Amino acid sequence: MRIELERRARASTAFAAISPLLALVLTLVFGGLMFWLMGKDPIATLYTFFVEPLFDVWSLHELVIKAAPLILIAVGLSICYRSNNWNIGAEGQFTIGAITGSILPVLVPEWQSPLLLPTMLIMGMIGGALYAGIPALLKTRFNTNEILTSLMLVYIAQLFLDWLVRGAWRDPQGYNFPKTISFSAEAILPELLESGRAHWEAVFAIVAAIALWFMMRFMLKGFEVSVLGQAERAGRFAGFSSKKMVWFAFMLSGALAGLAGISEVSGSIGHLQPSISPGYGFTAIIVAFLGRLNPIGIIASGLVLALTYLGGEAAQLSIGISDKLSRVFQGLLLFFVLSCDTLILYRIRLVFSRNKTEVGA
Amino acid sequence: MSSSQDQGEPSLLSVRRLTKLFGSFAACDGIDLDIAPGEIHALLGENGAGKSTLVKMLFGVLQPSAGQILWQGQPVSIASPAQARELGVGMVFQHFSLFEALTVGENIALSLDPKISLSKISDEVASLSRAYGLPLDPKAHVADLSVGERQRIEIVRALLQNPKLIILDEPTSVLTPQEAERLFETLFKLKAEGRSVLYISHRLDEVRQICDRATVLRHGKVTGTCDPRQETPASLARMMVGSDVAAVHREELGATGETLLEVSGMSVAARTPFAVSLKDVSMTVRAGEVLAIAGVAGNGQGELFDALSGEYPVPDDNSVKIRGKAVGRTRINGRRLLGAGFVPEERHGHAAVAQMSLSDNLLLARAHSDRKAFLSSGFAKVIRHGAVKAAAARICQAMDVRKSGEDPAAGSLSGGNLQKFIVGRELDRQPSVLVVNQPTWGVDAGAASRIRQALIDLANSGSAVVVISQDLDEIFEVATSIAVISEGRLSKAYPAGELSLERIGLLMGGIHDSTRNASQAEEAAHAH
Repeated sequence: MRIELERRARASTAFAAISPLLALVLTLVFGGLMFWLMGKDPIATLYTFFVEPLFDVWSLHELVIKAAPLILIAVGLSICYRSNNWNIGAEGQFTIGAITGSILPVLVPEWQSPLLLPTMLIMGMIGGALYAGIPALLKTRFNTNEILTSLMLVYIAQLFLDWLVRGAWRDPQGYNFPKTISFSAEAILPELLESGRAHWEAVFAIVAAIALWFMMRFMLKGFEVSVLGQAERAGRFAGFSSKKMVWFAFMLSGALAGLAGISEVSGSIGHLQPSISPGYGFTAIIVAFLGRLNPIGIIASGLVLALTYLGGEAAQLSIGISDKLSRVFQGLLLFFVLSCDTLILYRIRLVFSRNKTEVGA
Repeated sequence: MSSSQDQGEPSLLSVRRLTKLFGSFAACDGIDLDIAPGEIHALLGENGAGKSTLVKMLFGVLQPSAGQILWQGQPVSIASPAQARELGVGMVFQHFSLFEALTVGENIALSLDPKISLSKISDEVASLSRAYGLPLDPKAHVADLSVGERQRIEIVRALLQNPKLIILDEPTSVLTPQEAERLFETLFKLKAEGRSVLYISHRLDEVRQICDRATVLRHGKVTGTCDPRQETPASLARMMVGSDVAAVHREELGATGETLLEVSGMSVAARTPFAVSLKDVSMTVRAGEVLAIAGVAGNGQGELFDALSGEYPVPDDNSVKIRGKAVGRTRINGRRLLGAGFVPEERHGHAAVAQMSLSDNLLLARAHSDRKAFLSSGFAKVIRHGAVKAAAARICQAMDVRKSGEDPAAGSLSGGNLQKFIVGRELDRQPSVLVVNQPTWGVDAGAASRIRQALIDLANSGSAVVVISQDLDEIFEVATSIAVISEGRLSKAYPAGELSLERIGLLMGGIHDSTRNASQAEEAAHAH
């Protein structure tokens, strides 16, 4: 017996709708199995992981804080992926955005102005966009594979940040801790509500998601993205330039990742340090696919993935298992999302051995 | 063991009630077929009739959903092409699977036991190709060979397995008339040796010329088995199509109008190592004229289309003129604004995006030229979906595009209906210059005649039309003048009435081939 994938006559709308939910359920089942193998009560552990954080105002704020960068990065990536450009380096663009956005509060701390914060955000976006421009340049000029170049640039960005906070930008009064001076109050992204820490980055994320949804749904630019992503030659026939699209997709996703980077540093951390992200740039790839590369879907999937971070922290505190488990959950989720998506275009068929000739049907 | 085949003439291969389902769609529906030893058996049918699905099942590429295959009276199941070859079935596909950078011998060695040495294979190839009149040099690189020579490699590769049945899928679609004649001689030799040939084609004349029997398919079902020599092309066509095909009607045009498209001395370097470069191409197309460009596939037709459409602009601005304006360096949308329209050869992924709706595919070609109607002004360029959908519906009605649903995905339409839409989307603008590459390639006869008529009507209304085609019947149906492209060189244009099939065939193959067909080359040279 063998298993065959048979192409459906047309894409299944039913599976398109339930595929993300099916993936979530499978992730929970296999996650529970994993807890059980570790000797923990699977139901109780899953409850701690995924349900408990939702009953607490403090953790709801944390949820928004973690979801905001994921959504902001993922909507940019969704445009990239829709146009068939595979930017895997959002983590690096996030890091560079955080660095370029921090130039003013770190090097010119005496400049205080209402313009400071907007300038920082814009500089962060420019930094992220320019850093994403490197793989775009390499792809358009030398035909290099952007998956490799953008990924390798992540490590360069992280090591550059490490070097900065241990060297040139280290706080002289920081007891030799590898960090920059703390940002002044004017350079801090304000909180949204009295009740907790969630800050304006969440608003940026929602605005970006809605704006890009509008672009993809109603504007010629969105049409151009879809056409070039699905058939480059048809795009050329329409008069669209695939090279310009490489630049557009990388610069846009880089700018949004950079904005997420400086927002994170300014809103949540308050200074630069060697590690400023628990892997938002990579997790956002999962967010983008779980949200079906649709900016509105990404808002929902961003919240789901933020919950895995939060659950990991909660499980570490109350049950005493490693918070690396949140990465395992993210990996399981991506795996199941991609597998379940196969069912949209294909059906599974079991073929039994054919030693005997079939007669009739 | 089956004994049902004892009565009547013993068949080499029989197929009983063979059915292949894709989902709920039956590509082959209860097909019966008998091939006798030593006969050339034609499998006739339009595109989409189920010919390819049937032979893929015979060659083990696809598994039947139901039904039976009998090989010399014994029921067999053919699970893979390797098993098919073991039985004695050889296949020459329409699209060759050859590595261009390797030699002929190396390509053949790839499909054989790795233990056999290359020199032994070369010897065998040389002897086989001599015996069957298939001249081949085992040391030649595939990239340097013509399409006809590449086909010979595939045939020799199939013959090396000493097959009892050889399946040829549309073999002459890539050949000049002279190359086709040579192929027929080879087929007769195979037949004389007692081998059987299953010959898939939709060209009625050649089927009547070489085949002993024909099985005709329509919509996955057998509609008739006959001796093609006893039939007329019209009666065969009726079996294929199910009704009479409307004849294309052309009025003889007298004087033609002003020059709308002018190409002079255009040379374009090859973009990739395996592409064809265009060499000093010149043509003039006037209002009311249909210039057909004949040629065997892969002689620069695609490159010529790219240069005319502006998808790949050419360096010399003056080498292409549309309505008197130099546009060599202008891109496709700039040329569209001057009133030109373009229909590329490849429907899926070039002329249309299969996953997108028809209205989106309309926008694909006309977002720029009709931006006042289809887009909001200003920076956002919001798409007016209502206006686009209305225009798409208008085109579907004008061209009789049969579709399921209001605005279905382009990929869900049959080839003929999608092509009608793609041609209709340009005609809807009344282009003053229309360039079409292979307008009816893989299109059913009904749609083909409709498209050809539309091209003629457009020219009659005062536009200049360029039709690049491999189909000589089509060319004689629509053209007012004919030029031939070969290895990136374009012959001068002849009035359609002055050229015989013979003469075009020589132009298609003979201009540059000095050793083998010296006399033909000379004749072709005289034609200039």
